[in-house]
Amino acid sequence: MSTLASALQARPSPPAAAEQAGAPCKIAVRDLNFHYGAKRALEGISIDIPANLVTAFIGPSGCGKSTFLRTLNRMNDIIAGTRVEGEVRIDGRDIYRSDTDVVALRRRVGMVFQKSNPFPKSIFENIAYGLRINGLARRGSELHGRVEESLRQAAIWDEVKDRLHESALALSGGQQQRLCIARALAVKPDVLLMDEPASALDPIATQRIEELIYQLKSTYTIVIVTHNMQQAARVSDLTAFFWLGKLIEAGPTDKMFTNPGQKLTEDYVTGRFG
Amino acid sequence: MTTTVPHFQEELDQLKSRLLEMGGLAEDRVRAAVTALVNRDTALVAQVLAGDGPINQLHIEIDSRCVKLLALHQPMAVDLRSILSAVKINTDLERVGDLAINIAEAATRYLAHPPVKELIDIPRMAEIAHRMLRDALDAFVRRDTVLAQQVLDADDALDALKTQVFRELLTYMLEDPHTIEASLDLILVSRHLERIGDHATNIEEDVIFMVSARDVRHHAQ
Repeated sequence: MSTLASALQARPSPPAAAEQAGAPCKIAVRDLNFHYGAKRALEGISIDIPANLVTAFIGPSGCGKSTFLRTLNRMNDIIAGTRVEGEVRIDGRDIYRSDTDVVALRRRVGMVFQKSNPFPKSIFENIAYGLRINGLARRGSELHGRVEESLRQAAIWDEVKDRLHESALALSGGQQQRLCIARALAVKPDVLLMDEPASALDPIATQRIEELIYQLKSTYTIVIVTHNMQQAARVSDLTAFFWLGKLIEAGPTDKMFTNPGQKLTEDYVTGRFG
Repeated sequence: MTTTVPHFQEELDQLKSRLLEMGGLAEDRVRAAVTALVNRDTALVAQVLAGDGPINQLHIEIDSRCVKLLALHQPMAVDLRSILSAVKINTDLERVGDLAINIAEAATRYLAHPPVKELIDIPRMAEIAHRMLRDALDAFVRRDTVLAQQVLDADDALDALKTQVFRELLTYMLEDPHTIEASLDLILVSRHLERIGDHATNIEEDVIFMVSARDVRHHAQ
């Protein structure tokens, strides 16, 4: 425990991943603490997440990476008894200000979950629903255009174009996940948060999601939580390692996996952990 | 995740011990080739010429272990660097084994002639090359970058001796053209020993990369 504690004390602060990547900062987090009731789940997180790159959060179960991801679009607000301190600035504006429109925030910062969760409606309606309630497409042709565009962006159009009015629940797991990505993209977010988006998928479907992430990053800022370190290594430009609610190290992915700066990170990525 | 570690570590340790075994074989063969030359021992020369099999087999075995470890474990950080270094050290050691053969071939030709001179600098070169190789492997085992740096420095001494051997033999050749054939073989031997030093240097550079992730090749740092 003492070596871990000393490694923690030695970590640099705050890890400015965006500066290292040379890309403009999209999300700037400073001194973020997060509590579930009396339990502190995140402690003193400071990180810059760059625009139009993929940033991966890795770490053992319970390290706070998913909790941190959900603080980026205030998804934790819906859990009772939680408390946030610190700042999360997206494009310079603190999303925890009291006058923030949380619905508009979540439109800008879309989310895809571990388990695909399409609505029990047709493929078309899964995409069209968000567009309608947000008033983003009024005329029928505009709606159709946006649905097609979203499905194309999520690399699923060719597989579903002839059965748009069939139930989304009839799709395979990998297709459902890409449909959920299309649904998130339909409302034209800036940022896409992905919480273990491929952990329930087979290797081929996983490969398609990873390829999709690669294609989407030119348009979106993507933040992905993954248990799979090889996946983080394959898809991300920057990697941040979390441990016991703290951000231990963040930096370019190739460096994090070939020559990490912190002993804890090295122990984790080489499997000498726990 | 932790359950896979002992198994992976065991395989890494085995890889390391096979590399050391190969290093030991390469050292022995260089020593034998030079001893055969100096003592004019044709039986030992023949033994060196015939004995390349075990090194070649280890060369293939070690590469295949590395491929398997990379494919099955997808190692990261220091483990990744260790396996990459092992692949490169393996190639260097195999080349050292080949150079022992080259020395033995030159010895075969040289021993067909009367001696040109008493051999002094070539055994010294062999001693330095041998020590560099041994230190390189020690540095690999002990993950010792300081020792590694010493080997890099020793290479200069070896290069200087090679130049000295060449100059000295040039005077013999100028004086008596009958010595040209035998002298050229001695020059070749000195060249082979200098190359062995270069391979030891490569191994050192790989050790420094493995331990500290610094790339010191071509004076990069």
